[in-house]
Amino acid sequence: MNILVCISHVPDTTTKIKFAENNTRLDTTGIQWVINPWDELSLTRALELKEKSGSGVQKVSVAHVGPSSAEPTIRKALAIGADDAYRVDVEALDSYQVAAQLAEIVKAGSFDMILCGIESSDYNGSNVGGMLAEFLDYVSVSGISHLDIEGGEILVTRELDGGREKLVVPSPFVGIVQKGIAKEPRIAAMRGIMMARKKPVHLVDATEAGPLTRVKEFEPPQPRPACKFVDPENPEQLVELLQNEAKVI
Amino acid sequence: MSVLVYTENWDGSFKKLSCELISFAVKLAEEMQTDVAALSIGNVEAEELEKLGQYGVKRILTAQNGELSQFDPQTYAKAITQVADKEQASLIVMADNNTGKALAPRLSVRMKAAVASGVSHMPDTLSPFVIKTKTFSGNAFAVTELPTDVKILTIAQNSFDLKKNPAEVTVEDAGIDTSGLRPKAAVKEVEKQTDKLLLTDAEIVVSAGRGMKTPENWGPIEELASLLNGATACSRPVSDEGWRPHEEHTGQTGKIIAPNVYFAIGISGATQHLAGVSGSKYIIAINNDKEAPIFDAAQYGIVGDASRILPRLVDALKKAKSA
Ligand SMILES: Cc1cc2nc3c(=O)[nH]c(=O)nc-3n(C[C@H](O)[C@H](O)[C@H](O)COP(=O)(O)OP(=O)(O)OC[C@H]3O[C@@H](n4cnc5c(N)ncnc54)[C@H](O)[C@@H]3O)c2cc1C
Repeated sequence: MNILVCISHVPDTTTKIKFAENNTRLDTTGIQWVINPWDELSLTRALELKEKSGSGVQKVSVAHVGPSSAEPTIRKALAIGADDAYRVDVEALDSYQVAAQLAEIVKAGSFDMILCGIESSDYNGSNVGGMLAEFLDYVSVSGISHLDIEGGEILVTRELDGGREKLVVPSPFVGIVQKGIAKEPRIAAMRGIMMARKKPVHLVDATEAGPLTRVKEFEPPQPRPACKFVDPENPEQLVELLQNEAKVI
Repeated sequence: MSVLVYTENWDGSFKKLSCELISFAVKLAEEMQTDVAALSIGNVEAEELEKLGQYGVKRILTAQNGELSQFDPQTYAKAITQVADKEQASLIVMADNNTGKALAPRLSVRMKAAVASGVSHMPDTLSPFVIKTKTFSGNAFAVTELPTDVKILTIAQNSFDLKKNPAEVTVEDAGIDTSGLRPKAAVKEVEKQTDKLLLTDAEIVVSAGRGMKTPENWGPIEELASLLNGATACSRPVSDEGWRPHEEHTGQTGKIIAPNVYFAIGISGATQHLAGVSGSKYIIAINNDKEAPIFDAAQYGIVGDASRILPRLVDALKKAKSA
């Protein structure tokens, strides 16, 4: 069994987000780029499964859609333990275009399980995984908090609004993962970093599929009004304000 | 041209969220000068369906077919596409919850329809169709154009007010051809959380962080929540430490919620935490550090020791409630 983990590379969440050119694009100066936290956890779980005896996982690959500036992110994934990587050499424009590119990698390869994070922490679209599944007409399961392979069966737990379900899924399938999939992201060790240099990164030509949406500009959120402070010696006043001013209780 | 709203039900009943979707869709359809239909899949009593009519939808399409009794994004996307095609829907509206997040992207590819996720504002303009979507974990909006003929919007909870607008409802069979729509994944076990108010449904959330010092100090947090008919939540380190259950963890890597009121008690307000709660209408912070970033996000705040303030707050609430 071969697993493909789709990774996106996003600004570190502590980065102060700024925009350039009249707010039409992200100002990338000073941004620290990281693997999207969800994708890092998916990769961690994929590697755990590969190491689990009897799981039948032979290979864990990663795929990324984006220009060469993402190489360090890809090398990091290889250093963490992925066997090889695919990069589609095109600027990522929206979820639809990214999913269309990833679908070509899947079609050309032989993957039994494709993992995506529930959302990227930049565009927060949570769409790539589902779109990829539809391009391929594969089964998709969203909100996966647990993934295992037992006796040749792929078992997943998905979180629903107000409960959870355990499912047996056929392969190939697309899994969209969330909290719980792995405890802590795996960190690259020195040996991994050395080995990563020799692992293959397959460059893939972009297909024609373009985006369906167009971001015209970015807008800062409405500034919240300044905080109204209540005297700590008089917390009763807070109840008063919530009742009579905000009228929320 | 019409608007189609997918209204999910939970064991046969709708939630406030379903009504918010209808209110939003009815308002938008009015602006677009077109009609709205709601699609409900699963067994829902006529009386419950009429609840949706309270918010102005006149036609409800239903499907109760056995094949669709298990929620499966692949088969549901095919089923909804059939209905959308028949209705010549130019706009499909659903919730930005687990279900909507699973369905919208599949529908998008199937119908070559652009998606805007987590919508909390009416469109800026209808033609071209331009709408704001949340990006960078709530730190900005992307003003996005959806140029495709069919468009899909997933709506963030608690973003649109309910608007009573009672209408006479007609219920029709959606006429979905379910041949070949058997889900390929098999459900083995279902676990339902029914006893407790769900964090994602709560109008008021009382959340606490590492500033509470030990798990034994959660008494007044729970009391506050129960007095307010709210749910309890926590920051990530608190659930990581096992002080509180994982279901309560809010933030970028936990639950993303948008209640009416969010109490952040002993929570510093890290960006990753705010990413999950910045959609709340009112944030109320209690923290002994007046420089804590949570106060930048809060409308009301108290600078002080939570262990001293909470008991008095609980008392004041009790008094206010009995008054
Ligand atoms: C990739 C990534 C993802 C993350 N995702 C999340 C997430 O989803 N959710 C999340 O919450 N965090 C997340 N974090 C962690 C986040 O960065 C913060 O570390 C965390 O939110 C801090 O939790 P806290 O506010 O409870 O604790 P602290 O930061 O320790 O803050 C405790 C606060 O309590 C106050 N305090 C102390 N004593 C008292 C007292 N007696 N009375 C009143 N106030 C008091 C202090 O002044 C302080 O402000 C993430 C981090 C990373 C790197």
